Amino acid sequence: MNSGQVMAVEGDVLLEMRGIEKSFPGVKALRGVDLQVPAGHVLGLVGENGAGKSTLMKVLSGAYDADKGVILVEGKELPAGTSAAISAGIAVIYQELSLVNDMSVMENLFLGRVPSKAGFLRRGLARDRAREALSEVGLAAVDPDTRVGDLPLNKRQLVELAKALVRDARILVMDEPTAALQSQDVENLYKVVKALKKRNLAIVLISHHLEEVFELADSAVVMRDGSAVASRPIADWDEAAMVRAMVDRDLDDFFPWKEREIGEIVLEVSGLVSAPLVRDASLVVRAGEIVGVGGIAGAGRTDFLKAISAAESYSAGQVRVGGSARKLKSPTDALANGVIYVPEDRKLEGLVMEASISENIALSNLRRISRWGFVNAAKKKALANAAVKRFGVRTTSIGQMAGTLSGGNQQKVILGRATASHPRIILLDEPTRGIDVGAKAEIYGHMITMAREGAAIVMVSSELPELLGMSDRVVVMFRGRTVADLPRDQATSEIVTHWATTGMGLES
Amino acid sequence: MIRTTATIDESTKTTNGRRAYLATLTSDLGPLIAALIAISIVLSFLTPSFLTASNLTNVIIQTSVIGIAAVGGTFVIITGGIDLSVGSVVALAGMIAAQVMTGKPVDAVAGGLIGIAVALAVGLIVGAVNGASVTWLRLVPFIVTLATLASVRGLTLAVSDGVTKYGFPKSFDFLGSGAIAGIRVPVFAMLLMFVLGHIVLRQTTFGHQVFAVGGNREAARLAGIPVKKVLFLVYVISGLSAAVAGVVLAGRLDSALPSAANGLELQVIAGIVVGGTSLAGGRGSIVGTLVGVLLIGVINNGLTLLGVNPFYTQFIQGVVIFAAVLLDALSQRRRRV
Repeated sequence: MNSGQVMAVEGDVLLEMRGIEKSFPGVKALRGVDLQVPAGHVLGLVGENGAGKSTLMKVLSGAYDADKGVILVEGKELPAGTSAAISAGIAVIYQELSLVNDMSVMENLFLGRVPSKAGFLRRGLARDRAREALSEVGLAAVDPDTRVGDLPLNKRQLVELAKALVRDARILVMDEPTAALQSQDVENLYKVVKALKKRNLAIVLISHHLEEVFELADSAVVMRDGSAVASRPIADWDEAAMVRAMVDRDLDDFFPWKEREIGEIVLEVSGLVSAPLVRDASLVVRAGEIVGVGGIAGAGRTDFLKAISAAESYSAGQVRVGGSARKLKSPTDALANGVIYVPEDRKLEGLVMEASISENIALSNLRRISRWGFVNAAKKKALANAAVKRFGVRTTSIGQMAGTLSGGNQQKVILGRATASHPRIILLDEPTRGIDVGAKAEIYGHMITMAREGAAIVMVSSELPELLGMSDRVVVMFRGRTVADLPRDQATSEIVTHWATTGMGLES
Repeated sequence: MIRTTATIDESTKTTNGRRAYLATLTSDLGPLIAALIAISIVLSFLTPSFLTASNLTNVIIQTSVIGIAAVGGTFVIITGGIDLSVGSVVALAGMIAAQVMTGKPVDAVAGGLIGIAVALAVGLIVGAVNGASVTWLRLVPFIVTLATLASVRGLTLAVSDGVTKYGFPKSFDFLGSGAIAGIRVPVFAMLLMFVLGHIVLRQTTFGHQVFAVGGNREAARLAGIPVKKVLFLVYVISGLSAAVAGVVLAGRLDSALPSAANGLELQVIAGIVVGGTSLAGGRGSIVGTLVGVLLIGVINNGLTLLGVNPFYTQFIQGVVIFAAVLLDALSQRRRRV
């Protein structure tokens, strides 16, 4: 942990974080992080998912209280809470924008703080200040009275920046600002950030896109497992070194992967386009094969899986299931053709939480357990018992409400439902997110069994060890495109991370 | 490194299959049934005319129109939707049937059957319009059915010219005013509808799909449930059951009133909600709806027998609905914890 090393910096230090620690039940998210950002300086903050970047920034914005450590703004200690952070001039722009779509640009800029005199709004003054802020972020052409919902997504992001300016923010944190942008908009955002830097703002740029960090940042800090593991001026970094700092760790023998017999091609996806995130994605999967899909948040992986299973529509490209070019019409149609999508968010998309385990398992299998439209109660019970037994769901009864199960057991119920429909193709989206270690190992075991039985599995995962440990092949997505298709022995963490963050291969 | 997450303790509150269903049913409906019995006992002491065969039959017959419409309404509400158009459908179904039957000889069996078929067709069409608007046009159920509430009532007034039609074939009136073995037919009609509704909701694949769509629409869709088809069908069912209620009402009165069943939708929704079906969707039962409409019927009847000013009746109905919704919300909050 060499984060304390002194970095030669120009200008006055506007923001300093010292020894920040933060724990959540069971996880130490931050283990004593230090960083400094001078005025007129862009600090790139990089690291894998779960490295602690977002937690650190939530501590800065006052959304979380640090367990230990201090935050200094211009040498003065920052009190706890979000309003103290805002009045100290700290503005955080999250990936999910916080604009109110039904309000005008101007109303959003001043949300709750419209200039007023004796209780009356000073619209003229507000409009002038809005125009000023908008032109500073390259939106001079936008009328402050436009409804935000009528603006395209790329411009809304800039409105969010203008909002920070209107509030006289001096410390600006941008979390993955280009994740949802097309390339010409990315260029535009670069210009704006450079202009803001000239105005002497201290900027923290959280990004998975390394090219962005090299383009904009004056220095970069790499975080890993809750620590700032390296901090250097940008000139002393290169992409390979950065990736190495991000992923440097031992892969343990946690994964039950073994060489398997791989069959015929059962799923062939080519040139899939599904607005806005999927731009050109292709994939081939064989029976018995586990193909991992890597990439950073916002690369379009979830939408890719959803488009394959017809849960989302696509405007171009082809999905061939078992050699047939017939287009799947809906998830119902996909299910009938042996394609099932297992969603990432179990609560919102996976289970009916207020229904029992057996009801949930029945959902994808109603035809199998009914005759003339009447559900056979005995078959329904047998199906649920078989799934519970096969996947080792820890429960006292199949009548237990799904919402009362732990995350791991909920995922097993969903997998039980999926496999009971005898799918040929299973699309798993972050299959172990939020699941404890023991249940993870069990789910890996089940994935291998399902593959052995001949299912073709596509697994989206943001956890590199899992992606590398479980996949026969790794396909990497970058900004909506599948850019790499790596066999298991070539898929190292450095190579995959490099593809995922730059869209290019690692030159050795 | 594998990130760990705290595991939630697995609660072990369970039983098995049918027993589990009966258990949840009694635990959900127990207080309601107790309330129904308690109110009945109190009323039988307060007024000697309450606990008589003729009065109890009267309660059921007065409840039957609301009850029959509430069977279909329960399906809609379990999906998380709402159907405000039922009262208007009751009126239009009766009125159009009356128009078709006018001039037919009063004892023609065929004329009455045609009348019933026409009434059902009216319910089917309005239900299909509601269903199509909610699914394929993706409009909000509340607004769509508010619109059909108004326009269907308007149609009823237009086709009748605001004039009551009366004098129907006996075969048409049978459902409303006939009797089998001394028991009035609306009682059978209501029971039949409830039994049918219960079987469809509990034992068919469609019923399972209705609960899934109401419990978690996106999860149901991703699990392969044809969500739009299910939503369309529940509105059709609601339209159909309102039409049956329309036939029973017109038959009982032997006339079709342009203002028939005005405001009925509120009593229907009240009965369903009092019966424990959640307006948020995903939970509910036909048995609960039966108890709910009976409770409301008994309260109405009691107030009438006690000579309470009828203007207070509506007020008390409102209080009962409020209490039911409050209890539902409280029990839901307890579930979350």
